[in-house]
Amino acid sequence: MKRFPKSPPQSRPNTPMQSPNLPRRRFLQGLAAGGLMLGLSPFARQALAGAAPSDGSAPILRGTEFDLTIDETPVNFTGKPRMATTVNGSLPAPTLRWREGDTVTLRVTNRMAVDTSIHWHGILLPYQMDGVPGISFPGIKPGETFVYQFKVKQAGTYWYHSHSMLQEQTGLYGAIIIDPADKDPIRSDRDYVVQLSDWSDEDPMRVLEKLKIQSDYFNFNQPNAIRFFEDVADKGLSSALSQRKMWNEMRMSPNDLADVSAYTYTYLMNGNTPNANWTGIFKPGERVRLRFINSGAMSFFDVRIPGLKMTVVQTDGQDVEPVTVDELRIGVAETYDVIVTPADDVYTIFSQSMDRTGYARGTLAARAGQSAAIPALDPPQPLTMADMMGNMGGMSGMDHGSMGGMSGMDHSKMKMGLDKPGREVRHARTEYGPSTDMRVNTPRTNLDDPGVGLRNNGRRVLTYADLHTIGGPVDSRGAEREIELHLTGNMERYTWSFDGVEFGQSTPVHFRHGEHLRVILHNDTMMTHPMHLHGLWSELETPEGDFQVRKHVINVQPAQRISFKVSADAVGRWAWHCHLLLHMEAGMFREVVVS
Amino acid sequence: MSRHTEKSNTMSNTATAIKTMAIKNIPVKTKMQTLLLSLAMLIFVLMSLNPALARAAAASDSMQEMDHSQMDMSGKKKTGDKDAMQMHSDDMQMQGGDAPADARDPHAYSDGQTLTSGDYALPGPRILKLADEHNFYTLLFDRLERVDNPGANSTAYDMIAWFGRDYNRLVVKSEGDFASSGKLEEASTDVLWSRAMATYWDAQLGMRYDNGAGVPGRSWLAAGVQGLAPYWFDIEATAYVGNDSRTAVNVQAEYELLITQKLILQPRIEANIYGKSDLTRDLGNGLTDMAAGIRLRYEIKREFAPYVGLEYASKYGETANIARATGNLVSDTRLVAGVRFWY
Repeated sequence: MKRFPKSPPQSRPNTPMQSPNLPRRRFLQGLAAGGLMLGLSPFARQALAGAAPSDGSAPILRGTEFDLTIDETPVNFTGKPRMATTVNGSLPAPTLRWREGDTVTLRVTNRMAVDTSIHWHGILLPYQMDGVPGISFPGIKPGETFVYQFKVKQAGTYWYHSHSMLQEQTGLYGAIIIDPADKDPIRSDRDYVVQLSDWSDEDPMRVLEKLKIQSDYFNFNQPNAIRFFEDVADKGLSSALSQRKMWNEMRMSPNDLADVSAYTYTYLMNGNTPNANWTGIFKPGERVRLRFINSGAMSFFDVRIPGLKMTVVQTDGQDVEPVTVDELRIGVAETYDVIVTPADDVYTIFSQSMDRTGYARGTLAARAGQSAAIPALDPPQPLTMADMMGNMGGMSGMDHGSMGGMSGMDHSKMKMGLDKPGREVRHARTEYGPSTDMRVNTPRTNLDDPGVGLRNNGRRVLTYADLHTIGGPVDSRGAEREIELHLTGNMERYTWSFDGVEFGQSTPVHFRHGEHLRVILHNDTMMTHPMHLHGLWSELETPEGDFQVRKHVINVQPAQRISFKVSADAVGRWAWHCHLLLHMEAGMFREVVVS
Repeated sequence: MSRHTEKSNTMSNTATAIKTMAIKNIPVKTKMQTLLLSLAMLIFVLMSLNPALARAAAASDSMQEMDHSQMDMSGKKKTGDKDAMQMHSDDMQMQGGDAPADARDPHAYSDGQTLTSGDYALPGPRILKLADEHNFYTLLFDRLERVDNPGANSTAYDMIAWFGRDYNRLVVKSEGDFASSGKLEEASTDVLWSRAMATYWDAQLGMRYDNGAGVPGRSWLAAGVQGLAPYWFDIEATAYVGNDSRTAVNVQAEYELLITQKLILQPRIEANIYGKSDLTRDLGNGLTDMAAGIRLRYEIKREFAPYVGLEYASKYGETANIARATGNLVSDTRLVAGVRFWY
């Protein structure tokens, strides 16, 4: 596939542009020669010093001092040249390799005409260093350099991205690998970042505008007459009719699996299109560590490597008890580290988008240039009634045996205090207006559902119930209090919010410094929301209130109610939002104040 | 645009006299029918105007009639009866409805902190503004078509544009006809403030202006609703009050039937009711006209879809008599071809 021009526009000896190690797609085209050269100077210093992998991945920058220059760079993923937002001219941005315990200094220079920022995703740091314009700092103005400096208090796989407007969609994302201060308990012979993302040639603001005008704009998998007649032939008329009845009455679509599809997206692996085929080389018998990072703006990926089992050893930077699976779903902004042990063969890393409209693809091979078969996309499965209504076992009119318990409220349970997450569904009063299209009254709480499209697919698919953080919770105190927030939206209007209140009308959520509290997130929508709380860990609990796994992003499935504990040990203002970029931008965003 | 499409070309005194005679000849029974129909439609509009009623209508998409066979709880579920959620007994609706008195306060966790004040708030005005505080706009020509009229072809348009935020918008709607000569025959334009009232319903308030060749313009105050009824019917219903105690109601309904993902059949119906005859515009009172069309479009892109269709238009009551008396057609089925496009 023809993508980037092969040679830089100007020939300057001894500039990094000439480095044979630089992948050819990663080059700068001089919009203004002065700006170009200024932008290059830190890049030259670092890219030459750092290892630039020859496999098509981003360059790796190591140490404690980093100069990162944000600029616009021409790219070409589809045959049409477009401008991307890049760091040091690279998409993905350079991989930063830190060491736990070090103090890192990152000088971030803005060479663009608009404000920018970098947020260090999942990193514990002073709130002023968190990089959210308007919350942690004013942002980085054109021409300015902002110096981030903080002590690295953790180890594992993380990432960084812009938190300004929609720059994350246009390329500003990179990996962070933090080596443990001591020996890494996860042993491997090879170590690759596998960063998944979604690229659109369209201006991301235009994508949002289209969704505001027609929310199913990118969905070409809708119920239609032909499918109806197929269903009639398969199941009979009454079944086909009743299957559609409720969805149509509610004006909702069971095929609303992703807001933005491959109609506009090209899915990337380490910045490579499926045709460009990013390849990781191994020697047979080696233990290969793959650090999956979902840096997509709007895409969940279902990842598998046909022929290889994946042993999940870490998620969101936190080591977990190893669990071996065939497939995992990676939500936007999550990370999963897996160990694979390939034999002498070649394997496809296949990452299909949740709506099954496309895939990111790469290869693990013993020799460069090899490739394996690419599986067909799975057929999309529609959402089920469980995705709309949750746990129907407790529904009134369906299970009269449980009605007594419901109306009478189990008072003995109430006395148990906060050992278990509260079960009483409390919708906000702002959930009864135009900002919400449904409310779930009987949510499901189980964590062992792999989610729509992965259920009963014959493969062993990872669920949150499989994940157990090694060493237990950071704070083993019980919760002192419990707060409940609902994830809400109106698909028809394409509005997204917490409790039916978009960011502009919202007030911050206040955590008292030092308290240990439980947060309940209750999903009143039919989409999965990857919820990201900045600055503080989200320690996911089982429905019984026992510690499950420590994360910085928690996927909350449709009609699901989950809870996590937070140790409010970092003062300041923090962002809390859905990591689907356009949901965040639409207003599914809250501030958290820890004081 | 189904509004009284065929017009008499002369506005002579003779024609007016003929129309007046025609009205007097309307059988009482027809008058009663149109009156009843008008009444029914007015009630519908008034009901729709009441947001609480609209919400109640939306909420009628209840859960009582769920299809049990569809409960594919695929994920290995271990929740039993004891795990069933407790819930407010008076709040079992999934959509719409009114908040119970003890509904949760969405600001209950703020402890007085705001986005611009409180602990660690950045000084100065708020920088972080998301799309909920951003204005969007669009312009849709739902129909721009050539109409195969007996005698002469004409061009009809039906557009809607909006500008604003999620829940408050300025809406402009316009429909009209051009003669084959390019001369505007008639047009009707609404300028409305549209406010979201319920999940799928907006209330609209504003003005309408009717103009046309050789007839005096008419201005109206407008109040209506626009939204999505259960089963995905697009509904617009607007009531108008004009000078000289004129009243009118316009109702439109559309449906989009996907044959394939890009081939879409769009049935559409529109009716007009006037409270008082307006002879200079060839209008009687009661139900004046109705149009029912079906259009088959192919979305080359979402934004651009050529179509062909058939439209049946008919006049009723006094208006039909006027048409007859002036030698115009009372009802007609026409072939249409056009494009639907938006930005």
